[in-house]
Amino acid sequence: MPLNQYLAERKAKVADSNRPAMIMTHVVCGYPSFEANWKALEVMDSFGVDLVELQFPFSEPSADGPLFVKANQEAIRSGVHVEDCFEFMAKVTAKFSFKVVMMGYYNTVFKAGHRDFLQRLKSAGAHGFILPDLPVEEAGELHDIAKELELAPIILMTPTNSDTRLAELAKSADGFIYTVARKGVTGSDTDMNTEVSDFIERCRTFTDLPLAVGFGVSKAEDIEFIGQHADIAVIGTAALKAWEDRGAEGLTEFFTQLLH
Amino acid sequence: MDLFDFKEGREGYYGDYGGTFLPEILYSTIEELKAEFRKAKDDPTFWQEFIELMQSYSGRPTPVTHLANLSNKLGGAQIYVKREDLNHTGSHKINNVMGQGLLVKRMGKTRVIAETGAGQHGYATATMAARFGFESKIYMGAVDVARQRPNVFWMENMGSEVVAVTDGQQTLKDAINECLRDWVTNMDNTHYVLGTACGPHPFPEMVSWFQSIIGREAREQVVDAAGKLPDRVFACVGGGSNAIGLFQGFMDDKDVQLVGCEAGGFGPGKGNHAARLAYKDATVGVAQGMKTYFLQNDDGNMLETHSVAAGLDYIGVNPVLVHLWEQDRVRFEAVTDSQVTEALKLCMRTEGLIPALESSHGFAQAILEAEKMSKDEVILINMSGRGDKDIFTIADALDDSHWKKFIKQKADAYSSEA
Repeated sequence: MPLNQYLAERKAKVADSNRPAMIMTHVVCGYPSFEANWKALEVMDSFGVDLVELQFPFSEPSADGPLFVKANQEAIRSGVHVEDCFEFMAKVTAKFSFKVVMMGYYNTVFKAGHRDFLQRLKSAGAHGFILPDLPVEEAGELHDIAKELELAPIILMTPTNSDTRLAELAKSADGFIYTVARKGVTGSDTDMNTEVSDFIERCRTFTDLPLAVGFGVSKAEDIEFIGQHADIAVIGTAALKAWEDRGAEGLTEFFTQLLH
Repeated sequence: MDLFDFKEGREGYYGDYGGTFLPEILYSTIEELKAEFRKAKDDPTFWQEFIELMQSYSGRPTPVTHLANLSNKLGGAQIYVKREDLNHTGSHKINNVMGQGLLVKRMGKTRVIAETGAGQHGYATATMAARFGFESKIYMGAVDVARQRPNVFWMENMGSEVVAVTDGQQTLKDAINECLRDWVTNMDNTHYVLGTACGPHPFPEMVSWFQSIIGREAREQVVDAAGKLPDRVFACVGGGSNAIGLFQGFMDDKDVQLVGCEAGGFGPGKGNHAARLAYKDATVGVAQGMKTYFLQNDDGNMLETHSVAAGLDYIGVNPVLVHLWEQDRVRFEAVTDSQVTEALKLCMRTEGLIPALESSHGFAQAILEAEKMSKDEVILINMSGRGDKDIFTIADALDDSHWKKFIKQKADAYSSEA
């Protein structure tokens, strides 16, 4: 099932539930280990998350904050290769009901070759990909192949973009839009305020795709706020922090307070 | 030959290399920078202001010096040196930094950040920030902070905050990543003063433009001094800004051989060096904002690099130089750490010059080739920086017992203070 259709169905389900928004979580492949990733995903699945980003570790994660930088570098140091990430992804998509998108940096894709990488992504059961350092101007060929394979290229919209630019970005997008709630790297606190909601409203005028809101989501109020203005809450750093503090138990408690 | 006359739809590309690969959040910042740079480049008064600033503040034009003793000793080509070491702050880095400083004033920004490897670019940026009244923060790999304390000392005393970056390999590339993270947060008031002709467009073009001052001066000076154009021109290549700066002066002189000298470190073999083009370990990739040759593995993750010279210890290389290399306009050679130390010793003894360890790579290759050239041939080397800053590293390489004794005495004196 293509991502658009899946998200439309999930959106209807969420509307009928007491959950304010769809949920997307994030896992860095192989950090702290694939076994730990699996346990974390079991917890996430038990809370009925809708989407999971599997990040392929890269040695130069320049858009990530300190915790994910460490996660990327530790994973590589412990010997995680692209091949291992694809294998893991195939196992994950075979077992769990949430849908998976790949997140990573463009060099991983470039080095493998556009078609080869996307074909492997498709075979591993992914539904899309997020490459934060690939601007749309450079993405033409990759997006053409993605379309052919029914993989959604997830585009980022940011508060510094002009209306003209947002319109351009919307043209390349599929699946959903990842709206970046604020400037900065992943993991720092974001005040969910009118500045954020105004920005989300501005994105909304350029696309009918579901809007995901990322960067700094950690509390139940954040999810409620996102539910009022957008469709998908992205939970990254806060969940990894909870796992690092107290493993599966800590993660379970974190999601319990987050999702009631 | 205009390297920067881009084809329709290929702005920022040199052949297949270059481009702008940045997170979307920086799109408008880079657009603003491109527009401001374009305006400055098209405005002759901007270049005039830049030249006057470099004359009054940095001692330009820097001279070209004939190394008669060294030439006679080797018995081959006549060796001339472009003295970028005589700039204020001791290297060519100040050219680019003061140029970008003038742009920052035009853009109305108040804060600058910079990465630094050897510390020369950070030192120059700290100087520029003090002079222009900007707030400044310098990111430097923790490994480099440890080996370049004298530059850190000056940066801090000029009012910059120096951050030791402990991610990754803790060298130049990690400092660049940290700058990008700062920039995506603070772009409203902050300009990223990238120190070499790498990274996303317009940096390779912009840095090359400011550094072209080296080649413009040098061509005229060497012709005056030697009575002819040089046969071969040598420059070390880390990111590649001093090399492209000098080479631009000879771009239309087809008979002038241009030689880029990379860090051969311990010699060939993955992880032993930082020679992207001279050795065969690098492949094309996209990282740190640009498409170019990187020392990376099959997954596209970057390899460890090594060089005795912190300023050459870098995974990627200037995309403009890659394009010129593919067209056989620039030849690339690698020089090992031990060759560099020998060349440095020879320069100190025969000419009383102390080239930086980075610049000594150019000297080492030139010395190797000079011997086999005839006496009426002419060599020009870019002495991109002075070696005083490397006193700790050079003293180690020379195993200097007097120096060690001095350091021990200093350490004892400090510990008795505490």
